[in-house]
Amino acid sequence: MADGRSQVRRRAGVRLWLSAIWLLLLILLAIFAPHIAPKDPLEQDLFSGRLPPFWVHGADKSFLLGTDSLGRDVLSRIIFGTRIALAVAFISGTLTCIIGAGLGLLAGFYRGWVDVLVSRFIDIWMAFPPVLFSILLIAVIGPGLFSIILAIVVIDWTRFARVIRAEAMSQGAMDYVASARVAGRGKFGTMLREILPNVLPIIVVLLTLEMGIAVIVEAILSFVNLSISTDDPTWGGMISEGRTSIHQAWWVLVFPLITLFLTVLSFSQLGEGLKDRFDPVLR
Amino acid sequence: MNYLSIRNLSARVKGGGPLLRDVSLEVAAGEVRGLVGESGAGKSMIGKAILGILPKAVDITEGQILLDGTDLLSLPPAERRIRVGASCALIPQDPLTALNPSRRIGPQITDRLVHILGWTRSDAEARARALLGEVQINDPARVLRQYPHELSGGMRQRILIASAFAAEPKLIVADEPTTALDVTVQKQILKLIAGLQARHGTALVFVTHDLGVVSKVCQSLSVLYSGRVVEDTTVTDFFRAPKHPYSAALLAATPKYTDPSAGLKPVPDAVIAAVKAEVERG
Amino acid sequence: MALLQTLLLRLVTTAVTLFGVAVIVFFVIRVVPGNPIAMMLPPGATQADIDQLTALYGLDKSIPQQFLIWGLGVLHGDFGTSITLRQPVLALVLGRLPATLELSVMALVMAVLVGGAAALTGTRLRATKVEGGIDIANGMALSVPDFLWGLVLILVFGVLVPVFQISGRVTPSLQLPFVTNFYLVESIVRLRFDLTKDLLSHMFLPAVALAIPLAAIIGQLLKQSLKETMHLDYVTLARTQGYSEARVIWREALPNAILPTLTLVGVQFTFLIGGTVIIERLFSYEGLGNMAIDAVINRDLPLIQGIVILFAVIFTGVNLVVDLTYAALNPRLRHG
Ligand SMILES: Nc1ncnc2c1ncn2[C@@H]1O[C@H](COP(=O)(O)OP(=O)(O)OP(=O)(O)O)[C@@H](O)[C@H]1O
Ligand SMILES: [Mg+2]
Repeated sequence: MADGRSQVRRRAGVRLWLSAIWLLLLILLAIFAPHIAPKDPLEQDLFSGRLPPFWVHGADKSFLLGTDSLGRDVLSRIIFGTRIALAVAFISGTLTCIIGAGLGLLAGFYRGWVDVLVSRFIDIWMAFPPVLFSILLIAVIGPGLFSIILAIVVIDWTRFARVIRAEAMSQGAMDYVASARVAGRGKFGTMLREILPNVLPIIVVLLTLEMGIAVIVEAILSFVNLSISTDDPTWGGMISEGRTSIHQAWWVLVFPLITLFLTVLSFSQLGEGLKDRFDPVLR
Repeated sequence: MNYLSIRNLSARVKGGGPLLRDVSLEVAAGEVRGLVGESGAGKSMIGKAILGILPKAVDITEGQILLDGTDLLSLPPAERRIRVGASCALIPQDPLTALNPSRRIGPQITDRLVHILGWTRSDAEARARALLGEVQINDPARVLRQYPHELSGGMRQRILIASAFAAEPKLIVADEPTTALDVTVQKQILKLIAGLQARHGTALVFVTHDLGVVSKVCQSLSVLYSGRVVEDTTVTDFFRAPKHPYSAALLAATPKYTDPSAGLKPVPDAVIAAVKAEVERG
Repeated sequence: MALLQTLLLRLVTTAVTLFGVAVIVFFVIRVVPGNPIAMMLPPGATQADIDQLTALYGLDKSIPQQFLIWGLGVLHGDFGTSITLRQPVLALVLGRLPATLELSVMALVMAVLVGGAAALTGTRLRATKVEGGIDIANGMALSVPDFLWGLVLILVFGVLVPVFQISGRVTPSLQLPFVTNFYLVESIVRLRFDLTKDLLSHMFLPAVALAIPLAAIIGQLLKQSLKETMHLDYVTLARTQGYSEARVIWREALPNAILPTLTLVGVQFTFLIGGTVIIERLFSYEGLGNMAIDAVINRDLPLIQGIVILFAVIFTGVNLVVDLTYAALNPRLRHG
């Protein structure tokens, strides 16, 4: 019994570390992209279009992972793509978290009309297909990094609000909150000093998961050609191009896909791993 | 040969200490044997071992459980399951949790008759109705169509008793069948079990804390302490002159048999220390 | 009685939610800069042409006025006319709905079968290596969304081992005898199994992509509640009665363990339907979601409105059905 459980823990630990290492690697790639990338990610060379990766016959060894139809270096575009992916992940994740968790806390702790309003909005949001909603928003506000971040915040705040609202409600019913109030702390102060620290682990977990979701949303929007401009290197944009030329140049799809897959997996495993770590707190 | 014969049974928690230590006990056909001892002594474990429902974390390390001459522990699991299902039954402790909340009462009684004993559905239903009558439930046909939550605790315990006797088992394990009930209901249920047992001639292993119950229902008795049988005797002998000091202390601690006004007395520390040492020594 | 009351309350909140969705879509898409009418006319069109068409679609009125006109129309079943396709929105949307429904239901069935099988196997073989393997597979499946699974499936089963179709709903060259748009259902009813096979080979990969995350959720949650149920007294009692472990799990534990999973599956099914938008795009499957993306890209305002409302109706409808099923399955609620 005991040994079985510790084995599971250890495996969870390994996954946590692998995820963290991969994400750290991505951060370094994003920061030092110009120094690491072997080529200019925007440089087109129509004479060396659709070159295969280095180990395939007919490859040009200077394009390690091959080139796309316009002759741009796949590896360099992936490396520069980390910048947009991580920017979207961190910025929109954080903003979504602040807004969603804030509204959830207010609704769950203050109840009353704030709660009615927030809950009604959550209901309405739950009735939208999120992907369609985000595509709609981008179509309205126009493409670009800012639009993507805005769209993710507008759509995903309910993820935080739903969970944190419920959590704040159950925490608010506990004795320690009442005693803090009796001790003379104001309502807002109680929320920040007593409730927030107790829901913080959940917020951190949700934030990690949200970053993975943001990366995917960016990729999906690039995929339907609504993200950044088509020139700028994004994983989703590369995947979109790769999907159309899948039979002629599989590498244009495969490498960004692997990168995206690992990144999303890492964020999610990190989140789940943190959830396990916080388990006694969450129970 | 007795119907149930447990020989030198030892069990332990995986990666932990012993739960049963060299337990032997005999139950003849139609005999009622009480299992008494303090909480955690291993009374329920013995019942579970017989029925094959020990927790996964518990291993039997030694011994035999002979049912009608066959060692259950040496049978392949599927065969053991069916043999136990066909010839043994359990009357559980808590009637509120022992019936499946999402199934009607009827199939919970008749399924075993149909699927394990091969009766026809209509025979099984007739049998269920008859037994519900035997446990004094009015309108059995209606009760069979009801869900557990529609019935009171006492009703449910009657149903569980009827269900236990339904397949005419040779052996029933009753694990504190009245502890969870109101004092007023306890007496009726006890009478019911004793009556059915006598009429059907079923052997009964009766787990209880209550020596008063033992004196009314049982013929023989095993006193357990920390997984070991410290005394194995007949009920008459036990109440006349318990051999083991722990048994004597247990008897003395039960107010009804000494001085009703005294209240429950704890078993003296010295006796506990002595029996502990004896049990650990093996 | 209590059930009826709950139902009425749910209907009211559902109506409020749908109204909210309508208001939001309606106003959001009208903030779009650029005139959709100008986009659809040929380059040589005069301002007079543009004005005339704008008036035809009612886009010259104020936004609240437009909403009122549209809202009244919707109440009469008139969702307006698509700007790009020049057909009634309702007909267009209902024409595509069967494709999306067939895909979602197929995915749901797959998810329930696979997730259920995983949960039952994991419970039967609990505390063994098999359960550990199921847990890891569930974790992986859950970590990655349908979009990525779709891409992986395209690579593996469309390119590496091309056994399934990766584009479209049906092979275009086939003669289709269908009178409804429920192709799959109709092909079976008409015993045209050649068409069924073709439809399935197109539907399989997108359905699997949609099903993977849901299957994992079902597997995880159902296994957890099954394992908890297996410790309850009535299950232990059933075990003394001679039944096989498999039967005990199936007959005694499952009916009680399934309720929490059922509620979750309802919510998750709406997520799955939401996922069809991008998955249909990815597999060029001619359903509602694919049409929705085209409508957004072409600024086809009436069509966007119609599709979003339809999705919202489906989502809220699914939730309603789940709540009612829950009440019907739980004898304690049924008998009040
Ligand atoms: N699943 C389990 N895993 C490990 N040890 C257990 C488990 N269940 C019970 N035990 C231990 O086995 C011992 C005997 O338990 P058992 O239930 O047989 O006691 P009992 O005599 O029936 O007591 P009570 O009168 O309280 O029912 C106890 O010490 C208990 O801690
Ligand atoms: Mg017990």
